[in-house]
Amino acid sequence: MSKININIDGKDIAVNEGDLILNAARANDIYIPAICYLTRCSPTLACRICLVEADGKQVYACNAKAKDGMNIVTSTPTIEKERRAIMEVYDVNHPLQCGVCDQSGECELQNYTLEIGVDSQSYSVKDVDRSSHDWGHLHYDPGLCIVCERCVTACKDMIGDNSLKTIARGADALDAGFKETMPKDAYAMWNKLNKSVIGLTNGTDVLDCTSCGECAAVCPVGALVDTEFMYKSNAWELTQIPATCGHCSAGCQISYDVKHTSINNPEDKIYRVMNEWNYVSLCGAGRYGFDYQNADASKDEASFNSAVAAFKKADTIKFTSTITNEEALILQRLKEKHGYKLVNPEAKAFQTFLKDYAQVSGKTLYGSDLKQTMNANFIVSVGSALKSDNPNARYALNNSLTVNKGAALYFHPVKDPIIEGLGKNILTVNHKPLQEEIVLYLLLDLFADKKALPSDIVDYLASFHSKKTVTVTETIKEKVIEIVKEKKVNKETGEEEEVEVEKSKMVPKKVSKEVEVDDNRLVSLLGMPENFDETLAKFLKKKDSFSLMVGPDLYTHPNAKNLARLVALIEKYSAFELTMIPTLTNSLGVALINELSDEVGKYTVGYNVQADYTLSSLGDGDIDMPAINQQEGTLTSINKRVNPTNAAIGYKGYVLNDIANALGLDAELTVDYTQNLPVEAGFIAEAFDNLPNHYTNDGEEVRGYTLSVQSVECGDEEVAKIDESLSLGDDLVYMANPVRQFNAFTNKATQLDEESGLYVSEENLKDSDFKQGDKVRVKTGNGEIVTTIVSDNKIAGDIALVPTFDAELNSEALFSGYRFAAASIEKV
Amino acid sequence: MEAFNNRNVADNGYFMVDIEDYPTDGWGKFKRVVKRTFRGELFVGLWVVMREMLRFDIHTIQYPQEKMPIGPRYRAVHEMKRLWESDAERCIGCGLCEKICISDCIRMDTKIDENSRKEVSSYTINLGRCIFCGYCAEVCPELAITHGGEYENGSEQREHFIMYEDMLTPIDKMKAGAQLEFEGFGSITPHEDARVKKTPLAY
Repeated sequence: MSKININIDGKDIAVNEGDLILNAARANDIYIPAICYLTRCSPTLACRICLVEADGKQVYACNAKAKDGMNIVTSTPTIEKERRAIMEVYDVNHPLQCGVCDQSGECELQNYTLEIGVDSQSYSVKDVDRSSHDWGHLHYDPGLCIVCERCVTACKDMIGDNSLKTIARGADALDAGFKETMPKDAYAMWNKLNKSVIGLTNGTDVLDCTSCGECAAVCPVGALVDTEFMYKSNAWELTQIPATCGHCSAGCQISYDVKHTSINNPEDKIYRVMNEWNYVSLCGAGRYGFDYQNADASKDEASFNSAVAAFKKADTIKFTSTITNEEALILQRLKEKHGYKLVNPEAKAFQTFLKDYAQVSGKTLYGSDLKQTMNANFIVSVGSALKSDNPNARYALNNSLTVNKGAALYFHPVKDPIIEGLGKNILTVNHKPLQEEIVLYLLLDLFADKKALPSDIVDYLASFHSKKTVTVTETIKEKVIEIVKEKKVNKETGEEEEVEVEKSKMVPKKVSKEVEVDDNRLVSLLGMPENFDETLAKFLKKKDSFSLMVGPDLYTHPNAKNLARLVALIEKYSAFELTMIPTLTNSLGVALINELSDEVGKYTVGYNVQADYTLSSLGDGDIDMPAINQQEGTLTSINKRVNPTNAAIGYKGYVLNDIANALGLDAELTVDYTQNLPVEAGFIAEAFDNLPNHYTNDGEEVRGYTLSVQSVECGDEEVAKIDESLSLGDDLVYMANPVRQFNAFTNKATQLDEESGLYVSEENLKDSDFKQGDKVRVKTGNGEIVTTIVSDNKIAGDIALVPTFDAELNSEALFSGYRFAAASIEKV
Repeated sequence: MEAFNNRNVADNGYFMVDIEDYPTDGWGKFKRVVKRTFRGELFVGLWVVMREMLRFDIHTIQYPQEKMPIGPRYRAVHEMKRLWESDAERCIGCGLCEKICISDCIRMDTKIDENSRKEVSSYTINLGRCIFCGYCAEVCPELAITHGGEYENGSEQREHFIMYEDMLTPIDKMKAGAQLEFEGFGSITPHEDARVKKTPLAY
């Protein structure tokens, strides 16, 4: 993007062409007040306080784009008058009980009222009944609401739930006299404000959304508050611990807000999780799943000795990827020293996938990240239940659809009403499981540069095409010329006279004709709609940046190796930028740091995995370990970023480093390993204490560092043909969690109370013999479990979901790698 | 009150006290010692004592049987006031006293009550640390926490230094209308009505 020069308040600054004035000012530390604008979302134009003068004309800074040579003044007497009037209007009928408001101290209404110096009120209107609502996990008080619509904007443009909207307030009209006497913008803003409050789109009084709580986070006043947090603590009493969310691979920036537990208990407790909502959006698990700490751990020397003894006896360490990079490195060092086999099937699958991908692409890591995906305008997602695998990937998709006017293709066997509801410009294709290969071939066929692509692949793709003739009816517009008489003034004489004028008109006409069209068998194999070509052509209009997201279904696919190579080919020979969604929190880190094995030996030590001897951060093992919110360390995110996280609350037990020291390694602290993370895998030798964790005013992410992508030697580009014989059958189960659940840690969090069981879509349940709460036996080729049926309106279609967050369910027993399995379900 | 607010010292009957310069040399110091020794100032004092004793005009307060009246602005042990309208506790749990307290001796726990209102579930002041600066009373928006005149807070146990129940106006005293308003810093000043800018109402 080219740079242009503008001048704000006498300061010359260079900004990107097309930047909004407000963002340009913020990036250069120039202050313009703004309430309703959310970075990354479309301007709402509700508050009008960001009024500035650009080249002598009043514009809204959040809506006007900077033009080359523009001269901007942020404050003039007229603008100051408008701002003062706007703030006075916001204070009309606003309750004065700041003392009992949760937002007090971090309230933007308080801040701007004080800053603009509102010390008297000139406006008034009769108030209406605005009593508060309990919306479930959120509490809405219309009495405090200033209808800036930030919640609505965040829900629509960022999250994609579209759960909130403005509804009628039912108030009296404003006194007519104000229109004459008030500043113009303030009156217009008040007029709109006085007509609306926030309501739910589903028509009930209880939220039915993916419960991310982002609307409450962005609320500038105390109108939307988390029900659990309400009246628990004032903002200024909370200490903010900068951290990284440890639930999924998105690695969101969060801060744990901690304070003493109570008068009698001085130990720190996490009261809530906050985020830099202008630059990062959290999901429900990140926001509400914070109290998963291992609270009752203590230093018991006997169990420590038994742990060391178990390590000495063991030949295998089994672990999950919900660990920090440092712990992964400790395990790797232990392996190097004592020859343990490191077993982590899910990270191993991802590691193998990355290696196979590198064979063709010539680099160790995928090229893109979620930020680029968000800025792209054509997105394809393959092999991931996006909303539960990585909520941030879903937000990126939604943001591209709404703000960039983008389009998207979503390939996944499970029908998902949430994804379908993201907008008109998304086509969801519910292909059969194991058809991911066909999807990737289709992408190659549609988007790859055929000239550059190896000829055998081009030939293979051509073999799917045939010609067929279809009859199409189309409406064409025909040009009809007619002569009409018109009265015109003769310029010379000045008299009116009648002139004949030829006028052409477009008249619609229906024509049916036979056309020879291209028939793509790949499209029909996937069961895609007939008019796919047209839809795609419509989607691709004015699109210039493409993004592909691939998910965990691919890594465990029986033909994963071939899929990895296909994905690499798509990235290489098409305009698509590639992002891979790591399966768990730190799968990427583990895949880069550890040498993993497949087989388990005779005696196994498990880290957060049940084994002969178990180390557990959940508190249910043989020795306690700290949970992610109790330790310092780094986590590798989907954005290839190594993010630091800090300990929010105390931990009194032993950590992995203590055991490692007893086994012959030497490091005082776990974070001493941060600088030793393998440079050859892309890490940087930087000490933990030097890692930053914040965003700058222009939205730049200054968190940890990004992994450097290493180039490796390329192999050949051969890919196997589609194995069309692969199929699973009709009754299927899929291994995926409900929204807000990822693992046993989110399950432990008190505010995340999702019921565990077999998730069946509402429509499917209606047609079946089962009902909610029925006890059923689910049997696959791999094993069986007994569980209860849970009705889920966040999925649709026939495939039932088996979650992994509940360890008691033992859902892994059903699957042998691939996330889909044919299953028989019967009542017990 | 007006007389107190007038800080103009020039024409108010103030005058400088005439104090002799201190002697700097040995001779001057010797003269001062001789003067003081033979002026008999000691006997002036003794005479005053004897005169008042004979007149039976004794100023000693027989503490603890007798106590001095305490001024309204005196800052001793805190009191928690009740609302005149409902006898309910005035404290709304805003946390300002907790925030402003410079010796960090106030703590409160709040929660949402069954009527969806903010409720103070427990409140403590550690009088062992309190320096009686009066900031809490000054900052309180509800005139709920104030200082009282109760300065006798000796105890064998620190925990006994203060109990919330002891600070709170007893309900029978409240019912009798005997709760005293605080007049120190933070209370309403006499000119408040004139200074307030009234908010227009559309009713």
